[in-house]
Amino acid sequence: MTAIADLVHQRHILICCGTGGVGKTTTAATLAIEGARRGRDTVVVTIDPAKRLANTLGLEHLSNTPREIPRDIWDPARDATPGGHLHAMMLDTETTFDQLVETYALDGEQAQRILENRFYRNIAGALSGTQEYMAMEKLYELHDRGGFDLIVVDTPPTRHALDFLDAPRRLTRMLDNRVFRLLMVPTRTTLRVGTMAAQAFLRTISRVVGTEPVDDVVAFFRAFEGMEEGFRDRAAEVMKLLAADETAFVLITSPRRDAVEEAEYFAQRLADGEFAVDALVVNRVHIHYWGVAPDVLRARALELGAEPGDAAARLALRYENLAEFEDVAGRERRELAGLEERIGDASVAHVPELGHDVHDFTALRAVADHLLAAG
Amino acid sequence: MDLERFCATSRVVIVAGKGGVGKTTVTAALATAAARTGMSVLIVEVEGKSGLASCFGEAALTYEEAELRPGVRARTLTPDDALLEYLDDHGMRRISKRLSRSGALDVVATAVPGMRDILVLGKVKQLERANVADVIILDAPAAGHAVSFLLSARGLLDAVRVGAINRQAAEVVELLSDPSRCQVMLVTLPEETPVNELIETAYTIEDRAGVALGPIVVNSCVPPLGTAGGALRDEDGVRADALAVGLTLEDGEVRALADAASFRDDLARRQAEQCARLAERLPLPQLRLPYFFTADVGSAEIEILADELSVGIASLDDLAAR
Repeated sequence: MTAIADLVHQRHILICCGTGGVGKTTTAATLAIEGARRGRDTVVVTIDPAKRLANTLGLEHLSNTPREIPRDIWDPARDATPGGHLHAMMLDTETTFDQLVETYALDGEQAQRILENRFYRNIAGALSGTQEYMAMEKLYELHDRGGFDLIVVDTPPTRHALDFLDAPRRLTRMLDNRVFRLLMVPTRTTLRVGTMAAQAFLRTISRVVGTEPVDDVVAFFRAFEGMEEGFRDRAAEVMKLLAADETAFVLITSPRRDAVEEAEYFAQRLADGEFAVDALVVNRVHIHYWGVAPDVLRARALELGAEPGDAAARLALRYENLAEFEDVAGRERRELAGLEERIGDASVAHVPELGHDVHDFTALRAVADHLLAAG
Repeated sequence: MDLERFCATSRVVIVAGKGGVGKTTVTAALATAAARTGMSVLIVEVEGKSGLASCFGEAALTYEEAELRPGVRARTLTPDDALLEYLDDHGMRRISKRLSRSGALDVVATAVPGMRDILVLGKVKQLERANVADVIILDAPAAGHAVSFLLSARGLLDAVRVGAINRQAAEVVELLSDPSRCQVMLVTLPEETPVNELIETAYTIEDRAGVALGPIVVNSCVPPLGTAGGALRDEDGVRADALAVGLTLEDGEVRALADAASFRDDLARRQAEQCARLAERLPLPQLRLPYFFTADVGSAEIEILADELSVGIASLDDLAAR
């Protein structure tokens, strides 16, 4: 087991995954700040931060390249280890994809044909899985050319946030689609029959969606010819980086039942891909105030409620209230027990419900204290 | 307004909100409340996997309708199901098999963004026209996708100007923009970020999708601790009250009672602030549903939430009159 503090200190890449609304971006920001404070040259890639957190990170203006956050903001007391830097960026899926096309196009003309194709624009802008894929692409680029000590990546808040694990494969599968491949080689006689069948198939599809989209698709596949190899190689490189020892996966959840169920699903997906969860962060956990069973507290509230006087009534209310929160705390720990067992010896951090949104550096530091206290 | 009149306002109610706000719970509670007045309800679940059935203590939903409680039926409706059914209905059974088998479905759906959403909404429109139930409640996709889900029909009308899909999109736009046929109920939590996101979503839906918005549901509201919440929070007060009833408490117990009361007091106050901010920024009535301390939401809790919704909706007229 590696403590979260050690992951931040030693690893090269931290991938924060989890379902939406569990504080993934906040956790990623916290880990990145901690990395910088430990003297590492750090960059955090966020996907879609809430506005006030974005302001804190200096990301009011969308930027697809890392921008340095002034030290005064993340180290106001000047007590961090010297040498660290903190950079932040917000992923721009379309621009990242466009750059990838430009990299692998055989020439500027091919790149232009693809970038202008409507079907390509749909893939770059809206295809499910593209955002996940581009997050990983950006990660690779930062690893390859950025020269950073630590790269912290937030993953998209989609239900299938782990689609990035097979997003490269999904895209290449689409590029390999037989029906459309046949259309690209209409001159080879051996494929004549297949081509005619494909043509008939496309005519039928045109009856449903019109001819324009079909023409766009055909034009796209023709334009794309010759680039598949580059894309496939790159996808393989990304997968290798994800599997490397220098990469750690941090799974983030809240203690709500639905979030825990999603986290268990993520843990399984990671395990299927032979990736291990290195740390589990549970945000917004209710604390046990006292540790006396709720039933005992409720019984006391009942007794007091039966007594005359305002003092007894007030005290009864307090016991009843304490019982409610002890109940919540107990239920959350039961919900989490299965998940914590499943992830084996990963370190686990519980961040208590702070009662307010976390969006300034002071609050982020408070979260950090809980994260780093975890063994 | 009584619940019956509310539900009769539009046959289709789309429940939308970002993940984790309790959309599914609200769907189940609204369905229960409507069914109690004698209406027949059909819940349509579009994301395949949700806890809807377990809210009623039933097994997972399928494409076939199932009865979850008297008067409430439910089914799933995924885009792929909807497409295959659409092609079958239009005499293209042969290509429907080939489409899904060859993986070309992904390609076609990508070539026509929004097609999947149109197919689902088109099927909902068909159900509405076929009078399958008095109320059809759609448990919409989560997060930002709810907006694109509702915008897809208009977007597609611009992108695809001919073909069967174009006609389908036109019919969906007609349904969505007719307040006597369809309204959207947005769900949120009384917290800063969810409230901000809800406000943004509400304006986008009204301005760009042209869909009528019903009342906002604010879920998981923690009631204040009695009328004197603030007076219960300090440790000296706990000690004084204990002395008055002849008890001497240990420090740990005093602190626990005071801390829990403070937490509750702060939480209720912050939630009230967020509700007030929401009311200020978005002039729509709010229906507030309680947080459950003791249990996860199951069939007993759904009945309580249905009570709350009925009471809340009954008081809507007064709100509008003010």
